[in-house]
Amino acid sequence: MNYRIRKIYSEIMLGLCVFSFILGVFFLFWILGDLFIKGLSSLNLSLFIELPKPPGIPGGGVANAIVGTLLLSIIAGIIGIPIGILAGVYIVEYGNNRLAWWTRFISEVLSGIPTIIIGVFVYILIVISMKRFSALAGGVALSIIMIPIITKATEESLKMVPNSVREASYALGAPKWRTIIKVVLPSGSSGIVTGIMSAFARIMGETAPLLFTSLNSSFWSLRLDQPIASLTVTIYNYATSPYKEWQNIAWASSFILAMIVLLLNILAKYYARRKTHF
Amino acid sequence: MRKNIGERIFKNLTLLSSLIIILVMGAIFYELLIASIPSIKRFGWRFLIETIWDPVIEHFSALPSIYGTIITSIIALILGFPISIGIAIFISEICPYYLKQPLSFIIELLGAIPSIIYGMWGLFTLAPIIQIKIGPFLNKYLGFLPFFQGYPMGVGFLTAGIVLAIMIIPTISSISREIISAVPKEQREGALALGMTQWEMIWKVVLGNAKSGIFAGGILGLGRALGETMAVTMVIGNSPKISLSLFSPGYTISSTIANEFTEAVGKLHLSSLIELALILFFITFFTIALTRYFIIKRIEKR
Repeated sequence: MNYRIRKIYSEIMLGLCVFSFILGVFFLFWILGDLFIKGLSSLNLSLFIELPKPPGIPGGGVANAIVGTLLLSIIAGIIGIPIGILAGVYIVEYGNNRLAWWTRFISEVLSGIPTIIIGVFVYILIVISMKRFSALAGGVALSIIMIPIITKATEESLKMVPNSVREASYALGAPKWRTIIKVVLPSGSSGIVTGIMSAFARIMGETAPLLFTSLNSSFWSLRLDQPIASLTVTIYNYATSPYKEWQNIAWASSFILAMIVLLLNILAKYYARRKTHF
Repeated sequence: MRKNIGERIFKNLTLLSSLIIILVMGAIFYELLIASIPSIKRFGWRFLIETIWDPVIEHFSALPSIYGTIITSIIALILGFPISIGIAIFISEICPYYLKQPLSFIIELLGAIPSIIYGMWGLFTLAPIIQIKIGPFLNKYLGFLPFFQGYPMGVGFLTAGIVLAIMIIPTISSISREIISAVPKEQREGALALGMTQWEMIWKVVLGNAKSGIFAGGILGLGRALGETMAVTMVIGNSPKISLSLFSPGYTISSTIANEFTEAVGKLHLSSLIELALILFFITFFTIALTRYFIIKRIEKR
């Protein structure tokens, strides 16, 4: 093959790479654009303050679902954040053994297990023994999804803290646990906060683990032992219903959900960028 | 003495948290296994090879769901893998340095979109296009293949596969990009100095060096496609049948569970659904565990 042909072939293949990137961006904007056009046109105030109404009656909102999603995330956070951070601390600070290796490995695998399986697991574990669908079960399912993300973020940011910082603290007479709480964790905090934010972004968009744990509800509820509405399950039910006005509400809710999730992601990115590494 | 108590409490708390993670993983496997015993006892190995899934006569078997899961994932990989590699090459080799971060963030955003929104888009935007435009087009020109025969209904294997392809792009491309960026600069320079064109350098040196990592990325993308639930449930059509035609509606393991779990009245029905979850657990556990194992080993070696 002479050089000219090789050169042209090279340009064509590089062009294909550029094309595939454009294709990826094209899909992103297509999906987001769709969401903007169909979501914004059905967006109105009653969506945020009203309860769901039966099909055929105009109006109706998803206010209870927005509150429900927040409540579920808070439950998940209360369970998931401490466990996630502490496990990350164990891996980096105490883990010179097989157990730390296994924790890291299992946590990585856990983060890739389909979330619907976690839903089934929590159904067997909590819903069957409580004999009812509950917000608590939904929160626990979401926390299992959250833990590996936070563990990974904690692990990676604590690894960046140089050993000299730890040694300085030991030299002042601080025991190891106080060193970790007062020196190491604050130094790695920005990475951990970024991890927590992306974990929240992730669980707020989860549907599958909630389908048969927290189920859904069309009323106000803050009780942990009762089914609770969430944005994602509401979107799913409305989108697969045959009623046009419900489908419109599904689009508007998707728009709200996407805005929350994307905002959290961008905030997390901004926060990560802002931090100063050693 | 007081110091020691604090140290012991804190250390044990971190140890406990680690154990919880491992315990949860073990408990998932144990609970699924126990809960699917009625189904395993009733159907045995036939569960994996028969094609009937009928709640009315209480006869269940997994093959239609497994078939759908594999077919949609294969479509997703065929369409998504080359695009992901292209994106990874573009970001790490072609685009100017100051654009690398922002452009990879844009692709990451594609991965941040919740799957239910992919489902909305697939159901209301993509499915009609497949039904009216792409389906008839494929049927007309490639209709001699068994894959493109029949009348496109909009929802089905092809639509689910396309949605999955878009969803796995960020996973594969971000891992591939990291692996590609780790190839030493000297090797690229050496290749160019020998007179290779830029593409030959990328193809033979960079990709040749990164191929095991890219392969691992592909498997992780496959793991995501195998387990994806909501987007697929909304566009697959939900019907337990095996058909070669990509236009026909089907079922995947996860969409079967999502659809029927809350409606399952019979004990056997519920147990069969949980056995499906167990099968999905096995498939994804081993694909992910194997690749993670190789990736971790690779990193440790460095």
